[in-house]
Amino acid sequence: MIWNEEFETLPREALEALQGRRLRDLVERVYVTVPPYRKKMQEAGVRPEDIKGLDDLKRLPFTTKDDLRDNYPFGMFAVPLERVVRVHASSGTTGKPTVVGYTRRDIETWAELMARTLTAAGVHRGDVVHNAYGYGLFTGGLGFHYGAERIGATVIPISGGNTKRQIMIMKDFGSTVLTCTPSYALNIAEVMEEMGLRPSDLRLRVGIFGAEPWSERMRQEIEKKLQIDAIDIYGLSEIIGPGVSVECIEKKHGLHIFEDHFIPEIINPDTGEVLPYGEEGELVFTTLTKEAFPVIRYRTRDITRLIPEPCICGRTFVRMEKVTGRTDDMLIIRGVNVFPSQIEHVLMSVEGVEPHYQIIVDREGALDVMEVQVEVSEEIFSDEIKVLEGLQKRIEQELKDALAVSCRVKLVEPKTIQRSEGKAKRVIDRRKI
Amino acid sequence: MKLEQISIFLENKSGRLAEVTRILAEAGINIRALSLADTADFGILRLIVNDTDRAKEVLKKNGFTVGKTEVLGVEVPDRPGGLAGILEILAREDINVEYMYAFVQKSADSAIIIFRFDELDRAIEALTRGGVRILKGEEIYSL
Repeated sequence: MIWNEEFETLPREALEALQGRRLRDLVERVYVTVPPYRKKMQEAGVRPEDIKGLDDLKRLPFTTKDDLRDNYPFGMFAVPLERVVRVHASSGTTGKPTVVGYTRRDIETWAELMARTLTAAGVHRGDVVHNAYGYGLFTGGLGFHYGAERIGATVIPISGGNTKRQIMIMKDFGSTVLTCTPSYALNIAEVMEEMGLRPSDLRLRVGIFGAEPWSERMRQEIEKKLQIDAIDIYGLSEIIGPGVSVECIEKKHGLHIFEDHFIPEIINPDTGEVLPYGEEGELVFTTLTKEAFPVIRYRTRDITRLIPEPCICGRTFVRMEKVTGRTDDMLIIRGVNVFPSQIEHVLMSVEGVEPHYQIIVDREGALDVMEVQVEVSEEIFSDEIKVLEGLQKRIEQELKDALAVSCRVKLVEPKTIQRSEGKAKRVIDRRKI
Repeated sequence: MKLEQISIFLENKSGRLAEVTRILAEAGINIRALSLADTADFGILRLIVNDTDRAKEVLKKNGFTVGKTEVLGVEVPDRPGGLAGILEILAREDINVEYMYAFVQKSADSAIIIFRFDELDRAIEALTRGGVRILKGEEIYSL
């Protein structure tokens, strides 16, 4: 099923002409309204009139998360704040989050894209959508919410947590669609088993899972345990949130990128060179229609490849493979993005000195657990148990406040944390995804 | 009057305590008293030794986190009520004991207990006024 037949099946030639026009408009607009973009273009010696069409895209400078941090909170907005009706935020690399804004029309666009997304997964009017993505600054909850309302489905805005209650509500309300992270879907399946419930006790038919990487093996497991179709969705707040790309239920291979709104590129992360279709590299996006927070060649740090071959579903949009990794050290813990630098920042503020620490990520059952091991230095050591336990709890609380996800803090002896070539190995990820 | 105690951070895993005692033995250091406080994850080993500075130095050189704290060594009459009498003096003055442990050594008719106070000077004053004998550092290190 296709929500917007006209745009989702545009012939490539017409699509590329549309992208070219929209790109020109975008560049003219941000050059005038967003000083950091103007400055970058001037430094690169590119004028708006140099961008005549799609082929000129590669002349524009990249945008990175650091650019967003340097212009925190609203410095990259292209409209005055009076026109911004909503902000969302995601993890930054230090203490400050990455902030994005939406005009009324951006919210409309987003709802349209999420309507397309849900429709691609076979969701329609009459479905009951159990939306267990978090509501709040995170884009997942509200993104799905608006899209599901747009297609006329019944939304249950349950948000995260309290799995037993979630299952009871799914059972009693007759939910047909589940939206959450893939690991939470597995957690739901496990808790259902503990409660003595079978998939046939629920009316679930399909699930749309994203916000963290998952494998074909996990898809098979979810589909078997919940007896549903499991569909992968991709998005990030810097681009719009969920609704950047999605798999179609017909093929379940490769996520269709909504190219009338976003231009994808794959680049060599070291040189910035644009790679041809099919080659693996870092995914870069340019937003074509966003008003409040447009981005030009934003480096996602996600590694994937593009599939240009036409799909059996009829959409003409290029597909991206499931994301296979990152070009930076970002971790995704229960759907929340975590940068080791954020943890370092918190430890530094607690200890007042450069901390020695290590992050150990593992999966207990279906859920991610993160342990932060902190070496006990002379500065923080005490001969009293209560002081050290107090320190441990304080670090746990401050990390939870800063990361929006809980973790366990363990105090360890100095030099227990592996140091390779003098530099400590900060992250050990034991998850098998 | 005040005693020097060293404390060592230990993870709860086998062999760590043995490692500390081996390092001290090799450096010719004698342990006079010890106590180990622990949680599920870690422990704090507190030691009174005959050469505090040297002990601290060799342990640090071997990668341990070592702290130094001042404590009191108090003589306790070796009879029923001996310890109770001392604790009553402290309670009357509202002085809080952070922790305490018994000394390994024992002389003829009294025991020695190590006390850790937050308000060390007030504790010394109260105990002295109460007629309690506090051992000098040299007495203890050389016992």
